[in-house]
Amino acid sequence: MNPIRVIESRTVVLPRENIDTDQIIPARFLKVTDKAGLGKSAFADWRYGPDGAPLPDFVLNRPEAQGCAVLVAGENFGCGSSREHAPWALHDYGFRAVLSTRIADIFKSNALKNGLLPIVVDAASHAALVAAPGATVRIDLEAQTVTIPGGAAVPFAIDGFSRYCLLNGVDELGFLLGQAEAIAVFEGAR
Amino acid sequence: MPSAPRTLLEKIWDGHLVRAETPETPAVLYVDLHLVHEVTSPQAFSLLRERGLPVRRLDRTLATMDHSTPTLPRGADGRWPFIDAQAEAQVAQLSRNAAEFGMELHGLGTEAQGVIHVFGPEMGATQPGMTVVCGDSHTATHGAFGALAFGIGTSEVGHVLATQCLLQRRPRTLAVRVEGRLPAGVGAKDLILAIIARLGVGGGTGHVIEYLGEAVRALSMEARMTLCNMSIEAGARAGMVAPDQTTFAWLEGREKAPTGKAWDQAVARWRALPSDPGARYDRELTIDGASLAPMITFGTNPGHAIAISARVPDPAGEADAAVRSSLQGALAYMGLRPGQPILGQPVDVVFVGSCTNGRLEDLREAAAVLRGRKVKTRTLIVPGSQRVKKAAEAEGLDAVFRAAGAEWREPGCSMCIAMNGDELRPGQYAVSTSNRNFEGRQGKGGRTFLASPLTAAASAVTGMITDVRGLL
Repeated sequence: MNPIRVIESRTVVLPRENIDTDQIIPARFLKVTDKAGLGKSAFADWRYGPDGAPLPDFVLNRPEAQGCAVLVAGENFGCGSSREHAPWALHDYGFRAVLSTRIADIFKSNALKNGLLPIVVDAASHAALVAAPGATVRIDLEAQTVTIPGGAAVPFAIDGFSRYCLLNGVDELGFLLGQAEAIAVFEGAR
Repeated sequence: MPSAPRTLLEKIWDGHLVRAETPETPAVLYVDLHLVHEVTSPQAFSLLRERGLPVRRLDRTLATMDHSTPTLPRGADGRWPFIDAQAEAQVAQLSRNAAEFGMELHGLGTEAQGVIHVFGPEMGATQPGMTVVCGDSHTATHGAFGALAFGIGTSEVGHVLATQCLLQRRPRTLAVRVEGRLPAGVGAKDLILAIIARLGVGGGTGHVIEYLGEAVRALSMEARMTLCNMSIEAGARAGMVAPDQTTFAWLEGREKAPTGKAWDQAVARWRALPSDPGARYDRELTIDGASLAPMITFGTNPGHAIAISARVPDPAGEADAAVRSSLQGALAYMGLRPGQPILGQPVDVVFVGSCTNGRLEDLREAAAVLRGRKVKTRTLIVPGSQRVKKAAEAEGLDAVFRAAGAEWREPGCSMCIAMNGDELRPGQYAVSTSNRNFEGRQGKGGRTFLASPLTAAASAVTGMITDVRGLL
């Protein structure tokens, strides 16, 4: 995994509340046995018509959305299924951060393991982001701030260990494997 | 010094700490039971291969197949009617992975195969006080046994395969007390839909729910599984019910359950699990069980639930703009009018099954309504496992379903997630006993009303959304 320090990008705004993982990647795309190439199926049912052609009105299909790495979404983003295919698809599409007022637990945990920053901001900052689609935001993981339209640097919370892993491009498995002795002791004591 | 009163969650949590959490690092939490299915495991096995790692505890790992599997029997040529080559390849991949790593797999065509959250408890593998995980959000089901059970992603599936542990922060606790007894015609599905409607689909985020109270105690094990199953639909990763005599009676004699002296010792341990008097929860919610009616969803998330006799809400009555707009979107997708009664809404398909409502008791309820009647909609009855199927057939339920004109299928997730070809056509309406009414969940463009097996069966008989209490 590549280390992440700063993400600077224009935003795409999808203000709907409760965007569930079935919308992020519909179940029919889960029959894969690897994780590559799911980006083309991200938001497939909102993005493509019955003939498979992109729907011009959907925000991701607009010219100004191309190249945006930050998704601003409505409350409770990523609810529903535990499919890690959701962050795989968003990351493969090109997103590096999702900003919302609430992000579902399992999605958040999965996103953190895949170089996709799940960032929860307060309602006022969120409203400012929603009101300015395409605005450039700057996310500083080390400082734990996101600079929103208007210039304010808003702090955000992130688990310290996840932050360490993201900043250093290391994964949790290495840490867990390093616990082998403690795990063996625990197993022996039961 | 006597220790402070602890909740069920705290007791299980404390008992599984390989390393306690610190501000810098999450807890290293030991996993007692890891359930594996074909959809969320292939990339985790790839991770093991890339790093040259074995599965640490094969004795704590159990696999079956359910999502991509067909629910029609093998053809005359002996082949399963998979929806496509990709589904077949995914199922074959799990067989290969299990063989390569030496994992116990109950694959397609074997005697215990089934929906993973029906299969695990049925084997007696899920036990009180355990930590149970699976790459599937409905792992919450297993909390019915007084276990801490939650869904994980595929990276974490890899972590557990390799180390039998997960890195976790302790969740907060939410007590949901259900007072009184549920009225006739109202069951665990109605109860959980009412709870989700109260909490909202994100209201349980960051929490584990413990269900308490007279109405919960009175529920059977199967009903408790229905209740815990949908905790995730309120955003809570886990739901739990403290173990009691109902739990022990259900488990005793199952093949993975302890026997003899070990059983007695286990029961003694399990009796110490319920939350101590005076234990504190971070949040509490009380529901009057006796006042509940059959529930049904009208919108596109499980929080969009109303009593079946109620009218579809009017978004204009919502003060919050975001809520109003999401409600408007939901009604537009569902093709419903604000203020219309939900009763009488025509239905094209009825689905009875899933990890929420695919157990024997659910099938008995559906059969009680369908007995001697005919269905007016396409009706799929999909048992949760081969063992549920066999038990239902031993009672003659399959004959009831067939006589009513319903399809009696092989076990699997089927139309709950619509990965295997069992799906709605665009625009079709379904009353479904499953757990998610998200847009397109049961097939692109399909429109779902979530309800209990009783309500589903009643609606199949009339071809429209129907209050089962008039048919009992």
